[in-house]
Amino acid sequence: MHELSSTAFVISSSIKVFLVFSISLALVAYMTLAERKVSGFIQDRLGPNRAGKFGLLQPIADGIKNFLKEETMPATANRFFFVLAPMLAIIPAVVTIAVIPFAAPLPTPWGVVDMVVADLPIGILYILALSSLGVYGLFLAGWASNNKYALLGGVRSSSQMVSYEVALGLSLIPVFMLAGNVTLTEIVWQQQMLGMWYLVPLSLAFLLFVISAFAETNRLPFDLPEAESELVTGYHTEYSAMKFSMFFIAEYSHILTASALMATLFLGGWSIPFWSGDHMFWYQGMLISGFGADGLPVAATPAWWITLLTLVSFALKTAFFILVFIWVRWTLPRFRYDQVMHLGWKVMLPVALAYVMIVAATILVLDQVGVEGFLFGAVLTVVSLICTMVFVFVVDRDRIISGTTDDPGANARPRSPVPSGAGVRRVLPAGARASSEL
Amino acid sequence: MVDLLFYVFAAVVLGGGIGVVLARSPVGSLLFMLATLFAMAGIFVLFEAHFLAAIQVMVYAGAIMVLFLFVIMLLNLGHDFRKDFTHGAGMIAAFAVAGLLAGLLARQLRGTGDHPLYAFFPGPEGMDALLAERGAVGAIAHPLFTDYVVAFELTGILLLMALVGAIAIAKQRV
Repeated sequence: MHELSSTAFVISSSIKVFLVFSISLALVAYMTLAERKVSGFIQDRLGPNRAGKFGLLQPIADGIKNFLKEETMPATANRFFFVLAPMLAIIPAVVTIAVIPFAAPLPTPWGVVDMVVADLPIGILYILALSSLGVYGLFLAGWASNNKYALLGGVRSSSQMVSYEVALGLSLIPVFMLAGNVTLTEIVWQQQMLGMWYLVPLSLAFLLFVISAFAETNRLPFDLPEAESELVTGYHTEYSAMKFSMFFIAEYSHILTASALMATLFLGGWSIPFWSGDHMFWYQGMLISGFGADGLPVAATPAWWITLLTLVSFALKTAFFILVFIWVRWTLPRFRYDQVMHLGWKVMLPVALAYVMIVAATILVLDQVGVEGFLFGAVLTVVSLICTMVFVFVVDRDRIISGTTDDPGANARPRSPVPSGAGVRRVLPAGARASSEL
Repeated sequence: MVDLLFYVFAAVVLGGGIGVVLARSPVGSLLFMLATLFAMAGIFVLFEAHFLAAIQVMVYAGAIMVLFLFVIMLLNLGHDFRKDFTHGAGMIAAFAVAGLLAGLLARQLRGTGDHPLYAFFPGPEGMDALLAERGAVGAIAHPLFTDYVVAFELTGILLLMALVGAIAIAKQRV
């Protein structure tokens, strides 16, 4: 099995770009349907069910509606930036999916085709870099609308995204230390080699990453930028028709990328659990399935059915996280703004830093002692579990929600008794202090 | 192909730079600056410096420029910044910086190619080998934490001092 020639590489890449782009946009359309269906289920109603069977044509109807609606332009808006903002929001959202490997390499008569659009040497840093640009779209939308609610939404989005980007980046450092590289293909490969998903030995990193990802995608409980009960709809208040739709597509693309990223970094990506037949990695120009007892690489045998199975595995993992995103939306109430900042800077950042140190020390000790393989993972698992338990115990939502940033006494207050019985919503204490709104 | 891309990126860098100075609104200037930084990252990629490109976009475009945006939005505009540079100390500072940059540019144009930093560039093939061996991050991290560790740590302390100083100055005014 050989690599592609340069012509075949260009052709296969073009096909992959086209397929991945169109499929991810179609997925985004159907994620809106999934969101409405799951929301309907959680709220004990039917959700969209008029257009087509089970409402399956609803995204198409929505799309047509958005194309045909009137485009509004506020009289006082800055025209150029008002039109530019949705474009700046959507571009970073749809290009980040390019570096995520979605299946095992596929053998073709012209060579083995990697099932990733671009296996960049900087891998995940590309995603971090481009998703950090998404904030400009939201901020400019808020500013160019010349509307105070929109501006507040824009200011909130940028401060929130800048704050949680730090925790997001730091939560990934344990993954890099364990994998030894930042390319996503190698992170998948190292998880296959270790024999366990990074969710297990790096549980706290996973938790921090999920929390930061929710904040970065502006989803509940972090949807402050568009908090509809406070800011109408925040930064996209003044937008209508397709320009509004572009913000929507951007948000769902972010969710798709974040879900795929969680699956890749912490759930083994496309690899199938408890099966070594899908172990494949490019090593010095050769597709290997592992190293033999003599330390020499063993060639892998890719097959179309392995590619298909791994694609299904990856899709299931990603779909699970998309479901979690929707689920959480109807489970957790929105944070207050000062609580968001408090959690980001005073909880997530120090915890992520401490965890990086702990994981680094553990890996160093294990390397020095010469522990390898399963025991290596097991020790890290125990260390991480202890860290996670301490973190979950300290960062109790009950305490965060009732305490305020500048009042340490509030944190020490005994917990309010929780009424027994399912479905009882915990409400903010009546004496909660007025938030220092931005 | 690489030559063509270089000229495209170079045109964006220069055009963006001119745009920063000529744009009417500060937000416009900022977006031109963003285009410049982005095209710079593109040029870094042409030099096989992938990590540098990613960090350039992440840190400068994604974080520092957002803070600039913050300041511009919250101080809100209307204020003509150009007046700051047409008289007084601002004008002297502007001329000094412009002179310094012109000097650097002249030195670079007159240069014979034996700039001390060139010694560190292993060439495209060397970079490819380095990337294969250590990965994009390892290629820069390894020398940073071995040969240049003292300079690296000193830079870290310098930045920390700047940070503490900034907080101390800001505190006094409140």
